[in-house]
Amino acid sequence: MTTHRSRRRVHIAVASVVTLALIATACGDDEEGTATEPPGSEAPGPTDVAETTAAPDTTAAPDTTAAPDTTDPSATTAGPDGSAPAAECDTPDEVSLQLQWVTQAQFGGYLAAVEQGFYEDMCLNVEIVEGGPDIVPQQQLADGAVDFAIAWVPKALASREAGADIVNIAQIFQRSGTLQVAFADSGIASPADFEGKKIGNWGFGNEYEIFAALGEADLDPAQDVELVAQQFDMNGLLNGDIDAAEAMTYNEYAQVLEAENPDTGELYTPEDLSVISYEDVGVGMLQDAIWADGAKLESDEAYRDIAVRFVAGSIQGWAYCRDNVEACRDVVVDAGSQLGNSHQLWQMNEVNKLIWPAQGGIGVIDEAAWNRTVEIAQNTSNLEGATVLTEAPSEGSFTNDVVNEALEMLGDSVDTTGEGFEPIEVTVEAGGA
Amino acid sequence: MIRRVALFLGSLLVVAAIWELYKLIGPEAGGTVFGARLLPRAQDSAMPHVWDMLSRFGDPERRGSDRANWRVVLAAAWFSFRLALAGFAIGTLLGMGLAMVMARFKVVERGLLPYLVMSQTVPLIALAPLVATWGGKVQVGEWVWPRWMSAAVLGAFLAFFPVAVGALRGFASAPAASVELMRSYAATWRATFLKLSFPASVPYLVPALKLAATSSVIGVVVAEISTALRGGIGRLIVEYAQQSTGDPTKLFTAIFGAAALGLLMAGLVSCFEYVMMRNRPRPEEDERALDTIRREALA
Repeated sequence: MTTHRSRRRVHIAVASVVTLALIATACGDDEEGTATEPPGSEAPGPTDVAETTAAPDTTAAPDTTAAPDTTDPSATTAGPDGSAPAAECDTPDEVSLQLQWVTQAQFGGYLAAVEQGFYEDMCLNVEIVEGGPDIVPQQQLADGAVDFAIAWVPKALASREAGADIVNIAQIFQRSGTLQVAFADSGIASPADFEGKKIGNWGFGNEYEIFAALGEADLDPAQDVELVAQQFDMNGLLNGDIDAAEAMTYNEYAQVLEAENPDTGELYTPEDLSVISYEDVGVGMLQDAIWADGAKLESDEAYRDIAVRFVAGSIQGWAYCRDNVEACRDVVVDAGSQLGNSHQLWQMNEVNKLIWPAQGGIGVIDEAAWNRTVEIAQNTSNLEGATVLTEAPSEGSFTNDVVNEALEMLGDSVDTTGEGFEPIEVTVEAGGA
Repeated sequence: MIRRVALFLGSLLVVAAIWELYKLIGPEAGGTVFGARLLPRAQDSAMPHVWDMLSRFGDPERRGSDRANWRVVLAAAWFSFRLALAGFAIGTLLGMGLAMVMARFKVVERGLLPYLVMSQTVPLIALAPLVATWGGKVQVGEWVWPRWMSAAVLGAFLAFFPVAVGALRGFASAPAASVELMRSYAATWRATFLKLSFPASVPYLVPALKLAATSSVIGVVVAEISTALRGGIGRLIVEYAQQSTGDPTKLFTAIFGAAALGLLMAGLVSCFEYVMMRNRPRPEEDERALDTIRREALA
């Protein structure tokens, strides 16, 4: 009797475990589809369409693409087997790019280059790998998980100092987008006014521009100001916990403008706020750049060739986003960003301002800005007395060779300096909707 | 059953009432005692009204989108639920397997158990980026490690431990008299396991599985947050948290989604418990039966 009963129990148990396993595998099968598809792709998935139709684009070869130019520069950029990069493309090279964060307009150029087929024209099949809170792009690159990574210069140099063999091959953002935002009535108009105030900062290596600015204003960070650890939202400023909050032009600043002012019932306006730009103060540090694997760049001809074509395609993408701000925003939204439309357009426009105009050509590393970044990274210490770098970055931490070859490859087909660049006017909606 | 559902709904209402009551009487800017914030802020940006949060479900996710927010949250929760289920299944199989091996060979138990305990001290957020890079890179024959698998594995990583420990304890819980009876029949280890040890372990397994089910949800959601895995509820929390300055209610919709996920998972195990335990004597009867056996054995 008991044995019968327990046997039945065993059968039930085995059956349930098997069922669970079956459900799991069944889920697995359709998840592969969902996981790779943008969640918001219910509208006729433009990304998918673009990917499948990008091949015909190559034959159509609009004059903005590199196809017409390939005959000449291909001699210099051809791989070891002598194949021309773009025109004769049998099997595109597989390339992965690690972003710093989830899909958003900050990475619009790369997303547009995928969607518009610029990479395809360069005989590349680029996979964009999203970042996340615990993903360190330069680490992913150093570990060989991806081929290229987007990272801020100071942090990437710190990783390099720690042993990661990574090289900056294109300085896409020419300017720093870091701000300190206070209310207009706070009396804070320059870093000198930080004295005695509660100054928000993000920490984790994002605070060095603040410390450099304090140093310039002859303030002692340990005594003259109260430094407050800040979340990655702006509630601290709105609540009054912070007098001046760290913010990116393209993100947190807009978040304030998207929040309702409880006194008026309207959204906050730029007039309500006092904004200090660290770029204007003169302590801006270089931010988004494309980093590559140093050893492979040195020894692997094919990788170097891919790097040139990748940078060229990315430049085309950014030029597209400069000339087609709204279309590029749509590309980003369709690529699965859950941020609201107006916030995304704001971000696209602000990112454009950080890139354009690019006097020396987009991606070219400006020695003066580089040296300033390194100088601050080496000599400005935070509260714990730590600097980003303990010594000057080793030889070869950046190269302009790759980006120059890419610019040469694009020739006059693309405006790579954006001298006549004019930002558009964007008004954000409540909540960035 | 109906009573339980009613109780559950009633408790939700009580929580909502407490929330609103606090908003009514709590300090707008929060309360501090000796510089430490003890009382949360009651203002709308920190604690939105219950009805605002609920109505946010009905609004479109963003302007120009025809998808209501509840659809987005539901789709994400469903995605994460499947990952958690996969993690739960993997974790259960792994935990049971380990427990069986440990129960069979004492040496393995002594050697392995400390490592199992140690494995649980590794912080999940340290593992997540590492395991995430296996996606699309690790390949076994034709099969390529899909990205979502990494999150499921981290769910399994948390889920297997309670199952292994619970099952191990459960396998050893068969009354000595019964074990001796099996031995007197010259029953094989297999027969003893299937007919005695495993059935005896069920009361220990059920709470272990309950723990494992909720752990797998935690593992999956934390892994999703830490790697911002596209499609899941963790990703929604990451993205909505970024928008919480201007739209605080949106973040709460994602948090409700995560909570519903945990409830669903726990409910699933309760169903399992019901099926497995319906023919069992109640614990007190069990105790009485054991006492009788003991007394008879002594006599």
